[in-house]
Amino acid sequence: MDIKELQRKSVEIRKDILKVIYEAQSGHPGGSLSAVEILLALYKERMKYDPKNPKWEERDRFIMSKGHATPVLYTVLSDAGFFPKEELSGFRKFGKMLQGHAYRNIPGVELSTGSLGMGLSVGVGMALASNLKKSSYNVFVLMGDGEIQEGSVWEAAMSAGHHKLSNLCAIIDYNKVQENGFVNEIKNLEPLGERWKSFNWNVIEIDGHDFDDIFRALDDFMVEKGRPTVIIANTVKGKGIDFMEYDNNWHGKAPNTDQYLEALLQLDNSKD
Amino acid sequence: MEKATRDAFGETLLELGKKNNKIVALSADLQDSTKAILFQKEFSDRFVNVGIAEQDLVGIGAGYALEGFIPYVSSFASFLTTRPFDMIRMLACYNNLNIKIVATHTGVTVGEDGGSAQMLEDIAIMRALPNMVVLCPADAVETKKMVEKIADYNGPVYLRLARAKYPVITDPEKTFEIGKGEILREGNDVTLVGTGLMVSKALEAAEVLASDGIEARVVNMSSIKPIDRDLLIKCAKETGKIMTLEEHQVIGGLGGAVCEVLSAEYPVPVKIIGVENRFGQSGKADELLEEYKLDSKSIVEKAKAFIRG
Repeated sequence: MDIKELQRKSVEIRKDILKVIYEAQSGHPGGSLSAVEILLALYKERMKYDPKNPKWEERDRFIMSKGHATPVLYTVLSDAGFFPKEELSGFRKFGKMLQGHAYRNIPGVELSTGSLGMGLSVGVGMALASNLKKSSYNVFVLMGDGEIQEGSVWEAAMSAGHHKLSNLCAIIDYNKVQENGFVNEIKNLEPLGERWKSFNWNVIEIDGHDFDDIFRALDDFMVEKGRPTVIIANTVKGKGIDFMEYDNNWHGKAPNTDQYLEALLQLDNSKD
Repeated sequence: MEKATRDAFGETLLELGKKNNKIVALSADLQDSTKAILFQKEFSDRFVNVGIAEQDLVGIGAGYALEGFIPYVSSFASFLTTRPFDMIRMLACYNNLNIKIVATHTGVTVGEDGGSAQMLEDIAIMRALPNMVVLCPADAVETKKMVEKIADYNGPVYLRLARAKYPVITDPEKTFEIGKGEILREGNDVTLVGTGLMVSKALEAAEVLASDGIEARVVNMSSIKPIDRDLLIKCAKETGKIMTLEEHQVIGGLGGAVCEVLSAEYPVPVKIIGVENRFGQSGKADELLEEYKLDSKSIVEKAKAFIRG
């Protein structure tokens, strides 16, 4: 896909995200809308996978460590062909496949998550296992910015740096907002890049909504040897909907009908 | 003969490693004490010392399990069950991964290190988790069988081991099955259902009781979850009263598991012997067993009072 097509696709995904949350009247729009370009860059261009054979041994692994960002994960997985789009209407509903938080029984989901700060350790284990198996797959772990306040993330960061896991790529969706306010007011992460550097990581800072930037970072990761890579993706929480952007009230809330229609209108207008 | 269950773990893990290259072992810098060091020396490529980081320990283990390996993750019970409990719940159990959590240093018999290191709540904690299997061997012989058996079982397992040397009381020729208990001594006046070290204490107590004309049946309930419901019901029917024994809090452990079965299926009086809402403390293992009334003399007294009552 060229950049123009990817940008059109990102509008579609954003509309789908709002739709599944609106229909469920439950879910997390803010941190889903911020990660759209990251997931599309991975699933449309850079990751190896086979939607018809989700457990294909050579596939690249993707862990959604911020397990509440299922609206973006499920819409992108569905778009990639892992399961039919009709399943999206069952999001968060009793007896349906698409659980509120990432769930491993869903085709394409590697790990059930929903308690923050665990994905990176699991990614370290998968990367070590890849080395032991002499496999060539890569492991991508998407974390929220608030999530890395969890101490376990730094245990894992230390392990990855120590073991020089160049097949491990952490991506931080740095949208600056967590459930109760701005990250830098609740518990500041800065100097974020220097912190990861001091744990022996290759650190790349990008605009997480700019496909060129994301591809450049992913390509840099692919050639990096001898240390893990973290991509600090500067993003906007609630990206694309003006009344949701940078507003922590939209961390985990569904829009009403008026808000939903307004949001769709804004996305349609953004296509031009 | 006496032998620590942790020693049997280390030796068996090494043997398993030779037979099965999917076995990996992880430690949070206590492999010298848990005895996983024996595996490390032989298979350094399949061993990871994650450092003093139990959350990372379980997380990395989960990663190996997802990739088709069989990780044996070991540490002291007091650090391995509570610090990374969220990881055990979410990664091992909610994800239903093939990960073996091997906890040494349970009970007051840890001794001199004192209360912080004497884990007495782990059965209650682990048994509450869906998908988790909870095993506690009576001796080193049974430990060997369990370490081997759980490699063939696909799912999360909690294996409760100890630092102290236990008398060897089980038969190496008998096979161990998850979910099965075993009658080690016949008797019809009361059943003593023990787990771990308390099985041999129950056998000692039964010997003394017999000299006073009380015939106590002794059951080794080494599979705490799933528990042997049929055997419990049979014992309740045949001996009327049940006394449970564990080196663990009386709250939520083996006694609780037994009561959950019997209260629903065949209610009989049950007396739970364990640590009564206290932490451990420093001392020698035998001194502590006496202090916490887990020695055979205390068991005899309690059994007599229970039968009379």
